[in-house]
Amino acid sequence: MGLELYLDLLSQPCRAVYIFAKKNRIPFELRPVDLLKGQHLSDAFAQVNPLKKVPALKDGNFTLAESVAILLYLTRKYKVPDHWYPQDVQACALVDEYLAWQHTALRRSCLRALWHKVMFPIFLGEPVSPEMLAATLAELDVTVQLLEDRFLQNKAFLTGPHISLADLVAITELMHPVGAGCQVFEGRPRLAAWRQRVEAAVGEDLFREAHEVILKAKDSPPADPTIKQKLMPLVLAMIQ
Amino acid sequence: MGLELYLDLLSASCRAVYIFARKNSIPFDFQFVDLLKGHHHSKEYREINPLKKLPSLKDGKFILSESVAILFYLCRKYSTPSHWYPPDLHTRARVDEFMAWQHTAIQLPMNKILWIKLLIPMITGEEVPAEKTEQMLVEAKNNMQLFEEKFLQDKMFITGDHISLADLVALVEMMQPMGSKYNVFVNSSKIAEWRMRVELAIGSGLFWEAHDRLMNLAEWDCSTLDPMVKEKICELLQKFK
Repeated sequence: MGLELYLDLLSQPCRAVYIFAKKNRIPFELRPVDLLKGQHLSDAFAQVNPLKKVPALKDGNFTLAESVAILLYLTRKYKVPDHWYPQDVQACALVDEYLAWQHTALRRSCLRALWHKVMFPIFLGEPVSPEMLAATLAELDVTVQLLEDRFLQNKAFLTGPHISLADLVAITELMHPVGAGCQVFEGRPRLAAWRQRVEAAVGEDLFREAHEVILKAKDSPPADPTIKQKLMPLVLAMIQ
Repeated sequence: MGLELYLDLLSASCRAVYIFARKNSIPFDFQFVDLLKGHHHSKEYREINPLKKLPSLKDGKFILSESVAILFYLCRKYSTPSHWYPPDLHTRARVDEFMAWQHTAIQLPMNKILWIKLLIPMITGEEVPAEKTEQMLVEAKNNMQLFEEKFLQDKMFITGDHISLADLVALVEMMQPMGSKYNVFVNSSKIAEWRMRVELAIGSGLFWEAHDRLMNLAEWDCSTLDPMVKEKICELLQKFK
């Protein structure tokens, strides 16, 4: 069995891994894991990733969790073009810096925006107070501004003149609130221009394909009560 | 000016960088940025790191934040022994996997314990509601279990027979609640044994020197705390209520 990637394109980190593998023509079997059906909680999937999260990778007997680790593994194993994760120690450090920062910053804000604006009310049937939603969107606003002011600044891409893993991880995160109907690029010409550049570098068809699911998040059918019960505590823990 | 590391050893991320640099005899200037005095908010420090966080590294004109990035940079620039970040594809991936997971699974909860059990009551005079405290402790305990079952398993260290960056980062983060006299190592003999191994691999002298400020935190006279910082912390407490 060759490389297997366990993904649900509803998830931001899955999108980054998917785009990266496809863009670099890395041959893999796509193993869909439907998060909204709770498939990530199955015993079978726990064999692949005991952390019960996507994305997950299986390469022969080797299993791996965490999108950043997976992206670095693919980078090294398939010897992709240097710009994704440069050999130059300082250039590489800047990519590491972004990949570390985003876990508790952009990732968190984007996840909360999607769940508070769309997934709680529409999928879980749980209303979110206007105050809570307002606070989440305000926080998102601050984090996106940080992304622009601290990381992008006046550069073509987040860490320099070329697209890297940092841009791929960032753009897939930002598509989460976009899927929720948040206009994160409005009033931010520098960031909007960067988005165009990233989409062009990745390839517009691939980008669109990877984001089909998230852009339809608002159309998620409501969860049935059993699923809702199963997912609720995990969702609450995920977005806190 | 050579390598400068901006640190306060109260922060677990700073301890990881400090211990790594000292252990590998990497020459650096220790630039103390006193978190308790709010010096990370100073104009001078904001020029180094506009996000006002620690640690930061300055190497000539090159500035870097995020302890994970700093650790990798130091490994590469100073060609430290390969066990810290093994070159083998799979082994290296295990380090990356832990380094990614720990941000939200270990560092955050462990730091929250310190805040909930010591800093918030000390600074605001109020306890965090018992329910929230319990929730936090359960989360930390569950993640320690995941750490043992998935990352450590029956090995000596996370990657096998030798200490790596993953063990260093894991341990300094798990030490954070000790500042509030809360010991997360007591529940599992496997983890307690691993803890000892990591301490010995680092060197007990260096390990405890790095943890001295944390272990004495309970004695801090917080009446010297900047009122603006105190106000921010009281706001933080509201979030827990």
